[in-house]
Amino acid sequence: MKLTGAQILMKVLKEEGVDTIFGFPGGVVIDIYDELAKTDIRHILVRHEQGAVHAADGYARASGKVGVCLVTSGPGATNTVTGIACAYMDSIPMVIFTGQVPTQLIGNDAFQEVDIVGITRPCTKHNYLVKRTEDLARIVKEAFIIAASGRPGPVLIDLPKDVSNTKITYKAPKRIEMKSYNPTYKPNMKQLHRAVKLIKNSKKPIVFAGGGVVLSRGSKELTELAHKTRIPVTCSLMGLGVFPGTDPLWLGMIGMHGTYRANMCSGECDLIVAVGVRFDDRVTGKTDTFAPNAKVVHIDIDPTSIRKNIPVAVPVVGDCKITLGLLNRLLDKEDLGDLKKKRKKWLDQIDQWKSTTPLAYKQKNIIKPQYVVEKLYELTKGEAIITTEVGQNQMWAAQYYHFKKPNHFITSGGLGVMGFGLPAAIGAQIACPKKLVVDIAGDGSIQMNIQEMATAEQYGLPVKIVILNNQYLGMVRQWQELFYGKRYSGTVMEHAPDFVKLAEAYGAVGLRATKPEEVEPVLIEGLSSSKTVIMDFAVEREECVYPMVPAGAPITEMLLA
Amino acid sequence: MTEQKHILSILVDNQPGVLSRIAGLFSGRGYNIESLSVAETMDPLVSRITLVTMADTPVVEQIVKQLHKLINVIKVYELTGANYVQREMALIKVQAKPEHRAEILRIVDIFRCKVVDVGQGHYTLEVTGDEGKMDAILNLLKPIGIKEIAKTGIIALFREQK
Repeated sequence: MKLTGAQILMKVLKEEGVDTIFGFPGGVVIDIYDELAKTDIRHILVRHEQGAVHAADGYARASGKVGVCLVTSGPGATNTVTGIACAYMDSIPMVIFTGQVPTQLIGNDAFQEVDIVGITRPCTKHNYLVKRTEDLARIVKEAFIIAASGRPGPVLIDLPKDVSNTKITYKAPKRIEMKSYNPTYKPNMKQLHRAVKLIKNSKKPIVFAGGGVVLSRGSKELTELAHKTRIPVTCSLMGLGVFPGTDPLWLGMIGMHGTYRANMCSGECDLIVAVGVRFDDRVTGKTDTFAPNAKVVHIDIDPTSIRKNIPVAVPVVGDCKITLGLLNRLLDKEDLGDLKKKRKKWLDQIDQWKSTTPLAYKQKNIIKPQYVVEKLYELTKGEAIITTEVGQNQMWAAQYYHFKKPNHFITSGGLGVMGFGLPAAIGAQIACPKKLVVDIAGDGSIQMNIQEMATAEQYGLPVKIVILNNQYLGMVRQWQELFYGKRYSGTVMEHAPDFVKLAEAYGAVGLRATKPEEVEPVLIEGLSSSKTVIMDFAVEREECVYPMVPAGAPITEMLLA
Repeated sequence: MTEQKHILSILVDNQPGVLSRIAGLFSGRGYNIESLSVAETMDPLVSRITLVTMADTPVVEQIVKQLHKLINVIKVYELTGANYVQREMALIKVQAKPEHRAEILRIVDIFRCKVVDVGQGHYTLEVTGDEGKMDAILNLLKPIGIKEIAKTGIIALFREQK
């Protein structure tokens, strides 16, 4: 069978079960676009390549499938870099296809040539430059395996134009074998036995879960572990949703803007069962004062996460879901009868922290951003898929929307990309057409990829955008208020467009609330619309996110108001 | 914790870009490379990289794990503390004034190295040995006058069980 590279690519993508590609065409990928149009793979035309990558990312996070993008060479390729780095930091499975100038021109500074493999080497799990059409099918198959297995991540494939349009006799690749790639899924049982012993003997334990539990779909096993052993649970930002936010054992998020009780727990606990986390600096604060009394059991599929930032007593390399399942089976064999009694004092202490210092804000006759998120939570019954931008909006979403299920909180955790939320919401809406998808945004970050409004409109995607509009770059302003003598250098943003008119200009619905009593009606109207909606909430301008741990301080030393 | 010299022997896919992945890992994460030597193994699909780095124990543990994470890395051996042989080769261009020639040749003899090029005013010596030997011969030649030097960096292998 004689096939061009572009035809081979489509064939393999179909075999890999790809149903949607987010992309933007250009000169060197015309052959691929020509073939793409002949398939039933849906192409979502974004307005900027960064949007394509974030949309594929949102699609992957909401569906658990591999997100796929296709862009052209040069600027098309460089525009994907932020999105790729974001997916890499948050371990999101993606395959990104970039066009490249024909192989004989590579290195000649040809028109729209850039060494994208070189550029993305440190921010991809792996990347390829395909030099012969004969290698294409194998490489694409390898890329999908690498992206989705082990600790997932983005894989980039650079496709020179001649590789795409050369016709060869196609032979399907044999079984894909990568001798050097073999992630560890099954944990070492000896370590698990040690973990069981620590869990049984500890008086003040906590479970600390992260994005690894979402990625391995281990939420059920995690909840079982917590209930079985009566251990309270906290999550990193990336883990929110793996443990029900309504459960009595729920501590809230830990870290720089974590709850008082979660952060206090880290200081007091004698055991941390850490699952699918990497002890990022936003979680630990000052590392040498982090959890001074705790032994750490650390379960993660990536060995480099373990002992990277903090000392670990029991390292367990393995898939979170499999490992938690095995741990639960081991615990079944143990007599856990007195755990309820044993943990009572600890849980009472936590309840006390919760009641004396809960998450709170002062209601006034001006809209509080926290109130908007709280109302959104009530009205959606905690069932919506929430994406966020980055900054205060992201933290208030994390604090006041009590996630019940995994894959419902989609946020740029590691890289912290402003402009992530809208394209990610588009991707999530495509993955879950029946779900309500809401982007909680700030007035600053929404403008970083606002052009994707047109994409949402073009495909009739009813994503809802909640703008917490304080006319500041709020998080940096908050730091300036607290640590830089209120010198608001570069953070005053008083020239935003009229977001209601802007929504209307894109063909969407625009709504605005300026008083607290307007919040609920606007949310009700916006959420019930079948169209793309921007809801612009004029919120208290100088509201801060609390609790807050100053950067580099111990995590238990929080500013509370 | 104190920094110590570690010799890593890394088997990798013999493909373009692999060295850059490894070098990039070291520069991107702030690790250092003291020396680096790369060549194909008996299997033309595999290359061996011998890399010397200065690091404390937790860091070198992290380096080894990070290297393993690269898709093109097949195997990483940490040779420090193990039973291994190491060699380095140097080409040393030394000033050879008539009054020094005999002295240089005596050193060549003692260190069992070779003179591979002779000119009006210089000898070029080929030396192989471990670090101790390298340091010793350089110390002896320095007062005579070293014009130029090229070193391969350390290469090393485990000793087999006897």
